[in-house]
Amino acid sequence: METSSGIPVKAVYTADDLGGLPEAARVGRPGEYPYTRGIHPTMYRGRLWTMRQFAGFGAAEDTNRRFHYLLEHGQTGLSVAFDMPTLMGYDSDHPRALGEVGREGVAVDSLADMEVLFEGIPLDQATTSMTINAPANVLLAMYVAMADRQGIPRDRLGGTTQTDMLKEFIAQKEWIVPPRPSLRLIQDMLVFGTRELPRWNVISISGYHIREAGSTAVQELAFTLADGIAYVEAGLAAGLELDAFAPRLSFFFDVHNDFFEEIAKFRAARRMWARIMRERFGSKEPRSWWLRTHAQTAGVSLTAQQPLNNIARVALQALAAVLGGAQSLHTNSMDETYSLPTEEAVTVALRTQQILAHESGVTATADPLGGSYFVETLTGQVEEAAWEYIRKIDDLGGMVAAVEAGYPQREIAEASYRFQLQVERRERIIVGVNEFAAAEEPAIPTLRIDPEVEPRQASRTREVRSGRDGARADRCLSALRKAAEGHDNTMEHVLECVKAYATLGEICDVFRGVYGEYREPAVV
Amino acid sequence: MARAVRILLAKPGLDGHDRGIKVVARALRDAGYEVIYTGLHQTPEMIVAAAIQEDVDAIGLSILSGAHNVLFPRITALLRERGAGDIAVFGGGIIPEEDMPALAAAGIGRIFNPGTSLEEIVRWVGEHVRPRGVAA
Repeated sequence: METSSGIPVKAVYTADDLGGLPEAARVGRPGEYPYTRGIHPTMYRGRLWTMRQFAGFGAAEDTNRRFHYLLEHGQTGLSVAFDMPTLMGYDSDHPRALGEVGREGVAVDSLADMEVLFEGIPLDQATTSMTINAPANVLLAMYVAMADRQGIPRDRLGGTTQTDMLKEFIAQKEWIVPPRPSLRLIQDMLVFGTRELPRWNVISISGYHIREAGSTAVQELAFTLADGIAYVEAGLAAGLELDAFAPRLSFFFDVHNDFFEEIAKFRAARRMWARIMRERFGSKEPRSWWLRTHAQTAGVSLTAQQPLNNIARVALQALAAVLGGAQSLHTNSMDETYSLPTEEAVTVALRTQQILAHESGVTATADPLGGSYFVETLTGQVEEAAWEYIRKIDDLGGMVAAVEAGYPQREIAEASYRFQLQVERRERIIVGVNEFAAAEEPAIPTLRIDPEVEPRQASRTREVRSGRDGARADRCLSALRKAAEGHDNTMEHVLECVKAYATLGEICDVFRGVYGEYREPAVV
Repeated sequence: MARAVRILLAKPGLDGHDRGIKVVARALRDAGYEVIYTGLHQTPEMIVAAAIQEDVDAIGLSILSGAHNVLFPRITALLRERGAGDIAVFGGGIIPEEDMPALAAAGIGRIFNPGTSLEEIVRWVGEHVRPRGVAA
């Protein structure tokens, strides 16, 4: 027997197993360095995790309605899913947006859409997470522009932009410009965020997409922390004080099926990041040592066959995230192998978190698995295996060089093929798929996106362009181009552009023009 | 001896989810097919041009962004326009059951859901794809 990462699992663990582990296994207390057992002394007693369901579809008003629905049903934070054209920096009327508008998230082309998206949401009270990467600077600027306009001080804005381009090149593959200019734009955001937005997490260093693309738990952990190291180095290279920006780096991990390995992964992640910050970078500020993380249940573990079974999978994965000490959680809906979730499906997913929080009793004690022979042993083993990958990436010259060499991409493709072959050979059982399959399956309802959203959104964006002060928009875009070509911080210019109702596509065209578009070599 | 069957695997649209298509590419290769992978973010025009230029016998499409209802039929229509309507087309991704009849009517031979075994895909290709211009 072995874990999903191939770590052998014994039938029984005893104190002898811990004896063989390094110092790391002496786990100490929650809230104490190296935080294996959690970043807070009382964990969920002090504060529950944030229930943050990722949502976005159709036009801004459709998603705005879903936000209000979720808040009314007890959700405690917002999380925006953008559609593919927005993620790739195209406006809804661009030829590349054909068929994609509002399909896998909400379409946002300009500040006008953003204002509709957040209609009736108090920006100084809600915290908002935006899953946006290549054009993260544009969406962050729109959020700040909205607040400026409403007279809300910037230091009251709480939330997260994902902004993790390294994992885009590694796994999710929504990009605009090549890796090095991408990092430069992130540096500009870090500098702006550190100065202007003390409650904003500018980067959410994400393992989720790496895992979904097929990595093992160990690879997810290692590649994510290696990405984190690269962002710390980028912040330092931009002239920031380490402990001025490091406390605002947050993380985002997947939570998959292999229950104890997932818990071990979260525990190892905290211990490793604390060490990286304190020992590798010499941080003096405990808040920089904390690995604060969002978690999302594994989309890739959902099955199209017998979709109701997914409710049970999601509940187990969510429990692992809670026992692993996550700060915020998204639970997937049972119908997501077919389409974006219906309101009914997303409500069950949210209720699953509420049942864990209020009925199961797991929130009463911090790190209830601390000291378990098995969990402590596995935490140490996951950690050791992840350090090995990090050393390898250091040897390659760091994550940017490793990505350019295609190293993590190849490792992930290998792991995902290996996994699939195990499923084919039934060495791994997936209930309802390669075992306990049913001959007849009743269809479940799915969310339909009105095909009229696309033409309506495209014409709205054309109206924004024709209705604005065109000369002002052009001036702002030219100033941005100059900043991008030179060394001035681009963020202030992006902010001016969005306030002048320059569109997302126009702003991203400036970056495409200056830095070129990234093309990935097609390798199987 | 008959030449190997050539299959173009393509990612139309803007989504970057390439885990599935890469796994299918390896499986078809292991089953003896000649596989050409386009890479990500392809337009229908780019896919059809590649299929004709590479003289393939089938195209496998993967899409997870929900744009299949627009992009898949556009690809089969372009193939017919270019006189290559006999190239077999199949696909997979996040595609609701209720979209399948319209996609079938547009000439998509088969849509594979998440959870489909590689064996089933390889078997379907074996049964439905022949070298073009050769009588079945």
